[in-house]
Amino acid sequence: MTRALETSDPKRRMALPVFHPDFMTEAHVACADERLHAALDNSVTKKDYGRRSTLAELPDANALRELAGQIKRHTLDHLDYYLELLERNVIQHGGQVHFAATSEQANGFIVEIARRTGSKLVVKSKSMVSEETELNDALTAAGIETLETDLGEFILQVDHDHPTHLVMPVIHKNAADIGHIFERYFQTGYTDDPQKLAEMARVYLRNRFNQADMGISGVNFAIAQTGSIVLCTNEGNGRMCTTRPRIHVALMGMEKVIPALDDLPVFLKLLARSASGQALTQYTNIITGCRRPGEHDGPEEFHLIIMDNGRGKILAGAYRDTLRCIRCGACLNACPIYRKVGGRTYGSVYPGPIGALLTPLFNGLENHKYLPHASSLCGACFEACPVKINIPEFLIRLKGDQVQQGITSATERRIFKLWAWVLRHAWSYRLSQYGQRVMMRLIGNKDGWIRNLPPPVSGWTAQRDFPMPPRHDFRYLYKQYRTQQRGKSR
Amino acid sequence: MKVSLFVTCLTDLFAPDVGLAVVKTLEYFGCTVDFPTAQTCCGQPSYNNGFMDDARALAARMIEVFHDADYVVTPSGSCCAMIRDHYVELFRDDSAQRKMAEDFVARCYEYVEFLTKILKVDLTGLTLPKEEKFTYHYTCHLRALGLTGEPTIRLLQQIGGVKFIEMEKAEQCCGFGGTFAIKHSDISGAMVRDKVACGSKTGADTMIVNDGGCAMNIGGAGHRTSAPFRVQHIAQIIAAAIEHSAEVQHP
Repeated sequence: MTRALETSDPKRRMALPVFHPDFMTEAHVACADERLHAALDNSVTKKDYGRRSTLAELPDANALRELAGQIKRHTLDHLDYYLELLERNVIQHGGQVHFAATSEQANGFIVEIARRTGSKLVVKSKSMVSEETELNDALTAAGIETLETDLGEFILQVDHDHPTHLVMPVIHKNAADIGHIFERYFQTGYTDDPQKLAEMARVYLRNRFNQADMGISGVNFAIAQTGSIVLCTNEGNGRMCTTRPRIHVALMGMEKVIPALDDLPVFLKLLARSASGQALTQYTNIITGCRRPGEHDGPEEFHLIIMDNGRGKILAGAYRDTLRCIRCGACLNACPIYRKVGGRTYGSVYPGPIGALLTPLFNGLENHKYLPHASSLCGACFEACPVKINIPEFLIRLKGDQVQQGITSATERRIFKLWAWVLRHAWSYRLSQYGQRVMMRLIGNKDGWIRNLPPPVSGWTAQRDFPMPPRHDFRYLYKQYRTQQRGKSR
Repeated sequence: MKVSLFVTCLTDLFAPDVGLAVVKTLEYFGCTVDFPTAQTCCGQPSYNNGFMDDARALAARMIEVFHDADYVVTPSGSCCAMIRDHYVELFRDDSAQRKMAEDFVARCYEYVEFLTKILKVDLTGLTLPKEEKFTYHYTCHLRALGLTGEPTIRLLQQIGGVKFIEMEKAEQCCGFGGTFAIKHSDISGAMVRDKVACGSKTGADTMIVNDGGCAMNIGGAGHRTSAPFRVQHIAQIIAAAIEHSAEVQHP
């Protein structure tokens, strides 16, 4: 049975927030939006080519991806061990560690830290996991002013919008959109000059960094051996958030841990190349603990929140390898479907191919029944993935689960069962091919094409013509050909 | 060399000429070709939609039908990928069947792969009846086979009269994806229109598409929008070149 989204605020019942439940309607709208397609081609498609060319600079990118995947798999296979090691080493360097089972608990820890330390203003650097927990809402509800400082996230915050890409959050807006948003927010004149827009945000944010009590960051990698967290950013705001305020809180999904410092270069070589076609991000921060006695700067307190929020469930099942994801966004950039529908259509905090996989895994397959099918299984995502998550194969597995759990509609099941039976015998196959040929030749046009197919396959001709089968099938032509040959040789 | 043709259900019904071109070209290159008539479908639609038991039954059937074949060659990359990527895994709990699957998988080849890796053909010397501009769409399932588009393009360029023009986003999926084209027809439609636009931009007369499903999709969208190119399998082009070259030599 398919369970509908019942309550007015259904997202709170699920591990991941859902911005809209209707993939199909959103996809319909996005597919007609040629401006969106052009914008996405100009950004994500270009980034995908950038990824390929910078990866090609490496001696053996494929071997490196294999290694990265193996390190991730090893870590996930021994996650308890590495999380404990991470905890010990963070504490040893003066930090504090909090394990959160759910997103509410993670938010609760952070609100509590803010209250205890008398923090009035929180500055945040970019963090997808804080989007997952809807941390801004929790802090705001607790009366704590929270400011996004990544330019893209800042734009989204003042426009009350959500990211539509894992690393390029504001990809769905152009310079003119942003110009209007800033005109309203800053009450200044309109400009769509990207340089000027960035400058406006920079001047404003620089001032706020100095006033902030607490900085919140995400975590690209957490190194168990050293108790360090690694942050990769391009704007430098991440460094401001983690050094200027008195308190630094880092929030991570528990799959972000890697064993040792020696493993880090493997991922650094892959992350920026995969994400944006850069050899490295502009800023790579390795942060270990907080200010030590005698030091003049750095935060007084460092807190690491390690969150489960459904990951443990995935870890224990057949989809463990999906937790390898390092959130680089390469699969989004490579995906021909993302290039047509954009991130909003997925309705989830994690869009694109990896989102189509993770969202049902986190929130329940019955709540996202269309997502596993929103893939042509072209394999571009698997080819792009720096840690070799076989996304198409996992999506097929999810569809297998849908069949097993009775989520697949009865009509679809009947059609597939019948079709499989037909294909199990040569005679029924040939009869069916014959029947199809006769029917299609009946509804086909003189030009050899069919303009309208009946349901359930009408979707095909809604978009393109369907070929009418020729008078004879291959079997017939083959027999004829062999007969001719025998005639010739006689 | 003895080759058994796996023509695939789509080619059987919708593009019999492609099947015949495969037979003729393989024979030209010295193979003995047979066509086991009991064959039906590789089970890809069942597998891709999560009906694993059905896919397993059809896989077992395929293995049985092609039991005696030295080589199994198919003009469709996606069907070949279905076999090579999934057949062994489908029988992971049945060691006898798995062994047979492994043996079968090792004998299966996609058409261009077979021409270039096993037969190592050289098409230099073959000529088309008249000069023609070609472009090439990289069909996605070649990825699963670890194959690039380069061998197809190389073969094409060996044929006299071929002018090859590269297509923008050649490696971007055309939006077929089997039932995806119907279940998510809006997205599929937007994708295939993109493909047709890229193809039209090349100015080519012919787009080479070596997969039955993709050919139906791009061909259908091309026809709906009156695109200036036709869709062909490379076997059809090689067959035409062989025929023309034979006529020139023995008029």
